[in-house]
Amino acid sequence: MKLRSTAAAAAVVVLALTATACGSGSDSGSNGDKITIGIKFDQPGLGLKTPDGKYAGFDVDVAKYVAKELGYSEDKIDWKQAPSAERENLIKNGDVKFVVASYSINDKRKKEVDFAGPYFLTHQDLLVRADDNSITKVEDLNSKKLCSVTGSTSAQNVKEKLAPKADLQQLGGYSECLTGLENKAVDALTTDASILAGYASQKELQGKFKLVGLKMSDENYGIGLKKGDDELRGKINKALEKMVSDGTWEKLVKANFGPSGYKYEAAPAIQK
Amino acid sequence: MSSVLYDTPGPRAKRRNVVYTIVFLAVLALVGWWVLDALNAKHQLDADKWSPFVTDSQVWTTYLLPGLTETLKAAALSIVIALPLGAALGIGRLSDHRWVRVPVGALVEFFRAIPVLLLMMFASALYREFTTVSSDFRPLYAVVTGLVLYNASVIAEVVRAGVLTLPRGQGDAAVALGMRKGQTMLYVLLPQAVTVMLPALVSQLVVIVKDTALGGALLGFGELLSQNRQITANYGANTIATLVVIALLYIVLNFLLTTLASRLEKRLRRGRKSPSVTLPAQAGATDVKSEAVSGA
Amino acid sequence: MFDFLDSGQYDLLGAFWVTAQLALYSAIGSLVWGTALVAMRVSPVPLMRGFATAYVNIVRNTPLTVVLVACLLGLNQTLGVTLGAETFENIGFRLAVLGLVAYTGTFVCEALRSGINTVPPGQAEAARALGLSFTQVLRLVILPQAFRASVTPLANVLIALTKNTTVAAAIGAAETSLLMKTMLENETDALFTVFAIFAFGFIVLTLPTGLVLGWAAKRLAVKR
Repeated sequence: MKLRSTAAAAAVVVLALTATACGSGSDSGSNGDKITIGIKFDQPGLGLKTPDGKYAGFDVDVAKYVAKELGYSEDKIDWKQAPSAERENLIKNGDVKFVVASYSINDKRKKEVDFAGPYFLTHQDLLVRADDNSITKVEDLNSKKLCSVTGSTSAQNVKEKLAPKADLQQLGGYSECLTGLENKAVDALTTDASILAGYASQKELQGKFKLVGLKMSDENYGIGLKKGDDELRGKINKALEKMVSDGTWEKLVKANFGPSGYKYEAAPAIQK
Repeated sequence: MSSVLYDTPGPRAKRRNVVYTIVFLAVLALVGWWVLDALNAKHQLDADKWSPFVTDSQVWTTYLLPGLTETLKAAALSIVIALPLGAALGIGRLSDHRWVRVPVGALVEFFRAIPVLLLMMFASALYREFTTVSSDFRPLYAVVTGLVLYNASVIAEVVRAGVLTLPRGQGDAAVALGMRKGQTMLYVLLPQAVTVMLPALVSQLVVIVKDTALGGALLGFGELLSQNRQITANYGANTIATLVVIALLYIVLNFLLTTLASRLEKRLRRGRKSPSVTLPAQAGATDVKSEAVSGA
Repeated sequence: MFDFLDSGQYDLLGAFWVTAQLALYSAIGSLVWGTALVAMRVSPVPLMRGFATAYVNIVRNTPLTVVLVACLLGLNQTLGVTLGAETFENIGFRLAVLGLVAYTGTFVCEALRSGINTVPPGQAEAARALGLSFTQVLRLVILPQAFRASVTPLANVLIALTKNTTVAAAIGAAETSLLMKTMLENETDALFTVFAIFAFGFIVLTLPTGLVLGWAAKRLAVKR
């Protein structure tokens, strides 16, 4: 008897929970007057969820600017976490209108989604301790202990092309690598310079680390959107062009990467 | 039992115990000092790495508490779905019909043999390929699916063991009263078995809570452990401090559940002449429970 | 359907070999550590009893994932413990063994304690009457019987440990679950095949353990 009522109660709870889950899950890219944009939640300098529940970083600022040009003010934006492995899925399923999340344009991704931009050019680089001058060229890496994030293109790059003999540690996130770097368990952390600069400019870490400045690859950050949506792509491209020409781009880059001394490149030309 | 292993210490044994105590204390202190000193040398004990958890309430409201909520949500959903499913499977395994008993037994053994992490990963891949569940909920669904499949089969075994510990006479008496098989199970056997099983079921909750952390580490489920990454991204890679705080939260939560389980057990033992009491007191009916606990 | 297996792209046997090694080393380690813990738990020295009880209660209530991540971040990345390994691959493996031993030892301790409880008090009293010391009572009389009585719970711990080795993926040990994750992401049209392969592998690993130890438990049980 007891069991039966428990089971019934269980069923009710489950139904209620799935119902709410479906209800909130069904809103896609843009319904009504809101827009959903995919960003990173855990990358300082690019896309970061801050303790007050807001979002900060260069990607976030670019997304806000573009949204404003598309006619959505800041309070009309729903931010959605877009982890690296999920970006194509989010776009294809229509969960987000577009993705601004350190999203490098490459041929493999172009098969699945379209890109507006690029809006930023960066390179794979190394972050080392501020007092470490032993790495000056790519070949130096072969005798070093490197750290990167599991499954990232930077990690593959090192293994396959740049320094196959380097001892590469792959961890779940950049913070883990930073702990090792700070305590000399690893010699360098490698990924896009923009991401590294974001960490290096954090107030707790300022002065502890520096970028080596090796340009080990070209990464053009684009805004990912649904394949074939040329109308949106055109609009975003126009917004990006305006952002560069009216000086906002320069201002945003300075604000987000300034403290690290990161030598960023001029705004790349939009690929029409 | 433990007190019968050694005599009441006399003067020499007392002295020896004091020496052991001092040596052991010295070893503990040495290890503790080495760890703390090394942490201090690496600036891991600096105030700015720890102060956010004390001075900045936003760390709690933005990351830790929502993470804890997700953990509890996944655990609650899993137990609520796994309980009836497990009970059904357990009863199915006790069925008189071979065609029910054998397939159910195979199913239970299969899911008990597969690591719960692999079940979660597989579920996640299935949801990604064959459903349109949004990426916000897919990790939760995958974690709950994996936990339900595994824990339902564990609960099935607990239920079966619970029913089997009942004296045969209970079932026979019910049959003699003219009850049907379903009635016997529902009105006579299960209600008695539940009291035997309850502590084991609460212990299983601890296992479930711990296993939700798998989803956070490897599937991108936004539970308590996964908040580590977002907190450390905001406060200058204070990974050690964050991990310690998160571990403490898990320990307190699970300690409460464990205490609840042992309270329940004590109360049931005292209140009712349940079958486990008829076993020799030292044997302590540990079989069902230890299995549930070690199935971590 | 199985063509991706022939491509040589995935080292299935290698991954399962790592899993088996992880399970083997951790099993030996946790048996030793668990025995030491249970000896402390029943010892005449109050401080040791207190330490063992506290250790078991704390570690058993911590998720294994947290234990392993703490080994990596705390011991390796911060304190610089490498356990004598040179490359990160070996460090990951050895740290995983260490973490699994620290965690599984608590369950071994509990299994043995339940085994000790099955030994009639008269045995210990008789041993003490013969003038045996605490370590002698434990070593010669209690533990041999306790081990025989706790084969079944220890078998369950071993099976759980074998399955728990998959968590080592969280700190980058190159074992089965990491490979399965990669395969599930790449071979999207063969999800069920991939899962079936790994499920089969684990059944092969755990089923004989259960059967052999179940048989052994019956053979070894102390007849009373």
